[in-house]
Amino acid sequence: MRLEFQHIHKHFGAVHANNDISFTIEAGTIHGLLGENGAGKSTLMKILSGFIRRDAGEIRLDGHAVEFKNPAEALHLGVGMLHQDPLDVPPLSILDNFLLGRQTRLIQDRSAARADLQTLSQRFGFDLDPDAPVASLTVGERQQLEIVRLLSRGARVLIFDEPTTGISLPQKVKLFETLRLLAQQGMTIIFVTHKLADAEDLCEQVTVLRLGRVVGQVTRPFTSAQLVQLMFGQTFATRERAAVAPGEPVLELRDLCVADYRLRVPHITLTARAGEIIGLAGIEGSGQRLLLRACAGLDAPVAGEIRIAGAKMNRQPYRAFLARGVGYLPAGRLEEGLVAGLNLTEHFILARRTREWLVNWNAAQNHARARIAEFNIRGDPASRVESLSGGNQQRALLALLPLDLKLMLLEHPTRGLDIESTLWVWQQLLERRQRGAAILFSSADLDEILEYSDRILVFSGGRVAQALEGRETSAQQLGELIGGKGL
Amino acid sequence: MDTNLIVLTLASVLADSSPLVFAVIGETLGEKAGITNLSLDGTILLSAMVGFAVAFTTDNLYLAFLAAMLVGASVASIVAFSSIVLKLDQIAVGFVLTMLCADLSTFFGNPYVRKPGPAVPHLAMPGLGEIPVIGKIFFDQNAVVYLSLLVILAVWWWIYKTQPGLQLQSIGERPAAAFARGANVNAQRFVYTVLGGALVGFGGAAYSLFVKLGWSYHHTSGIGWIALAVVIFGGWHPIRGAIGAYIFGGLQSLSGLAQSVPAFANVPTQVFQTAPFALMIVALLLVSNQAIDRFFSGSPISRKVWQSLRGAPPGALGTVFEQE
Ligand SMILES: Nc1ncnc2c1ncn2[C@@H]1O[C@H](COP(=O)(O)OP(=O)(O)O)[C@@H](O)[C@H]1O
Ligand SMILES: [Mg+2]
Repeated sequence: MRLEFQHIHKHFGAVHANNDISFTIEAGTIHGLLGENGAGKSTLMKILSGFIRRDAGEIRLDGHAVEFKNPAEALHLGVGMLHQDPLDVPPLSILDNFLLGRQTRLIQDRSAARADLQTLSQRFGFDLDPDAPVASLTVGERQQLEIVRLLSRGARVLIFDEPTTGISLPQKVKLFETLRLLAQQGMTIIFVTHKLADAEDLCEQVTVLRLGRVVGQVTRPFTSAQLVQLMFGQTFATRERAAVAPGEPVLELRDLCVADYRLRVPHITLTARAGEIIGLAGIEGSGQRLLLRACAGLDAPVAGEIRIAGAKMNRQPYRAFLARGVGYLPAGRLEEGLVAGLNLTEHFILARRTREWLVNWNAAQNHARARIAEFNIRGDPASRVESLSGGNQQRALLALLPLDLKLMLLEHPTRGLDIESTLWVWQQLLERRQRGAAILFSSADLDEILEYSDRILVFSGGRVAQALEGRETSAQQLGELIGGKGL
Repeated sequence: MDTNLIVLTLASVLADSSPLVFAVIGETLGEKAGITNLSLDGTILLSAMVGFAVAFTTDNLYLAFLAAMLVGASVASIVAFSSIVLKLDQIAVGFVLTMLCADLSTFFGNPYVRKPGPAVPHLAMPGLGEIPVIGKIFFDQNAVVYLSLLVILAVWWWIYKTQPGLQLQSIGERPAAAFARGANVNAQRFVYTVLGGALVGFGGAAYSLFVKLGWSYHHTSGIGWIALAVVIFGGWHPIRGAIGAYIFGGLQSLSGLAQSVPAFANVPTQVFQTAPFALMIVALLLVSNQAIDRFFSGSPISRKVWQSLRGAPPGALGTVFEQE
C-alpha cells in the first residue's frame, strides 16, 4: 500500500508536535522514521493508525484520502500499529488476545482461531504457545503476537514504534528478519526509531523528524554521518574524557547477592574507587536496580558484604548510608524521586537536613532561585514538579543531591531526555567525578555506557560478568554479553 | 448432628445467601468492566425497602422485584455517569450514595416498619426435589434461589466463554487495548455497571421478601459491605465470589447453631452475631497479604495453586478511560 502524508499538523496545547509534515512511503518497502525523543514520531504514527485525530492535513492510502475515527477503522483499511509498550491485555492468554477485536459469533470458534494463530506463527518461525498468558512473555514475543494478530486482521501497513527498545539481541535479529520477510511479501513497514544503527541496518529509505518537522529524507545508500547531521543538525564527535586517577576505594562489594521475589543475582564482587564511573549494562530488570538499591541502603542484600569508605554497611539503616555520602537517583522521577504536588522551593526545603521547626520561606525561596539558575532548570521556585518537562525534572533531581557525595547511584540518569539535557546531565556528573565521587549508573543505551564508563558490569540472565574495561569494549561485544552470549 | 439436620442447614445457607450472591455477582460484573460501585450497602437497603413497599401496596411480587432492580440500576447509573462523564472519584461518589440511600430507605420506609407483607412462595421442583440430599438442598427452594444459581452460571459463562465477555475482560484490564480493537469502552462500562446495579437491587428485594421478611431500620444489616469484601475474596471471579458468599452464609448459620450449644450458654449473643464479620476479615487478610504470597511462592507448585486461588483485580479498576 502506498502511503502519503500531506501537510499534517497536530498541536498539544502549546506544543506543535507535528508541523506541516508531508512525505510519501512506497508499497513493499521498509521506511525508517528517525528522530530524537519528542521529535513527534509517535504522534504522527498515532494519527496514521487512528489513535489521535490530526488538526489539519490529509492522509492518502493508494491515492485515496482516508479519515479514521478510531484504530479499528484504520485496521479495517489495512493500517496496524505496534506500540512502544505493546498494547495487549497481559492477564489474558495469547489465544484470547488473538481473538479480541475479531468479528465472531457470540461463542468463538476457538479451534479455528488456534489453527489460524499457529499457521501464521509458523510462517514467521514464531514460537507462541496459544495458552500461555501474555504476562509471561517477553516484549519480543508480545511483538510477535501483535504482528500475527494484525496480519490476521488484514493489515497491509505495519507501524513499529521503537520496537528494539527492551528486547534482546537475538530477538532483535529475529525481528529484523521478520520485517524483511514482511516487506518481501508486499507489506509496507514503517520503522520508528531514535537509534541510528537500527535505521541504517534495516531501512531502504529514512525520513528524519526534528521538533515536529520533516528535516530530510535519505535513500539507500546513505551513511550514518548523513543521518546524524539531519537528526541533530550537527555532528557530535565523542569527546575525550579528562583522565581521573582513581583514588581510595569508596564502595566494596564482596560476593554480594541481591534478590527480589522473581530474580536472584548472586556473586557480585566489585571495588569502585573515588573518581571512577561504572556502567551497569543489561536488559531492563536484570538486577541493575536491585544492586543500586542495595548499595543505597534501601533494600537489604541476601548475602555478602557491602563496605562504604571502608566501613561495613550491612544491616545499617538508610540514614547511615546518607551520612556516609551515598546518593541515589531513581528512574521513576515523579514516582520515587520527586513529590508531585509540591513545588521546587518545597523540594529544596525537604532535601535540607536540619533540625529547625519553622521554615524561613524567604531564605528558602532565595536558595531555590539560586539552585534553579545554577542548574539551568526551566521553571521558577513556585513551579510544581509535575509541570516540568522530563529534562527539567532530572535537573531538579540533580540539584537536590548534596554536593559532597562520595558515591552516586544513578538509575537511567538520562532516560527520555533530549540530547541537550543528556549532555548537560553528563557534564554535571563528570564534574562531580572530578571532585572525587564514584559513580554507578544503569542505562539501556549501550552508547552511553560505552562512552562514559571506566568499567562495565554486564547483567544477564541472573548473572553478572566480570567487570569489563570501558575503553577496550566494543558495542558488538557488549551487545552479545547482554544478549546472553559468552557469559 | 444427624444428616437430616446437615441437609437442612445447607439448604438454608443456600437460600439465605442468595441476596448476597446477587450483590456479589452484580458488583463483580461492574468491577470486571473497571468500575467500582461502592454504594452497594445503600443500594441494597434502598432496594430492599422499595421492594417490600411495592409488594406491600400492590401485592404483586413481579412488580416488587422489578422496582427494586430499577432502584439498583438507577443508583449504579449515577455511579457510572459521574465516573465516566464527570470523571469524579468512584470511591467518593459511591460513599456519598451509600449514605444517601441508607437515609432515604429510613425516611421512606417508615410507614412499612414491622408490617407483615407478602413473601416469595416456596416452589419445589417437581421430580428433582425428591432426589435424596441433593434434591433437598438444591431443588426444594423458591424461584429466587433457583435464579441466583442460574445467574452465577450465566455470568460466568458470559465472561469466560463468549466474545463479548472477552471484550468485557479487556475493558477492565486494559481499556486502551480494548479501544484499539474496536470496543466502545465507556458505553460498555456504563451498561455493565447498570446491569450489575440491577442485580444488586434484585438481591435487596430478595432480602426483604424472603430471607428476613418485612422492613425495619437498617434492615439488611451491612451485607453490602460484606458483598464488596466477598468480590475481592473471590478474586473477581463469579463462581469463586459465589462460594465466598456461601462461606459467609455458612459462618452465620454456624454461629446461630453455636448459640444453642450448652457449653456456649454464657457467651453473649453479640459475639455470635459479629463473629462471621470478623472471620471474613481474617479470610480477606489471607487472600490479600503479601507475606502469605511470599510464603506460597517458595515452590512452583504451591505458587501455581495459590495464584489460581488468589485472583488479581482488573488492571484498570477505578480508572477513567479517555481517548487521546
Ligand atoms: N497526549 C499528549 N499530550 C500532550 N503532549 C503530548 C502528547 N503526546 C505527545 N506530546 C508532546 O508532543 C511532542 C512529540 O511527542 P512524541 O510524538 O511522543 O515524540 P517521539 O515519539 O518522537 O519521541 C513531545 O513534546 C510530547 O511531549
Ligand atoms: Mg515515541
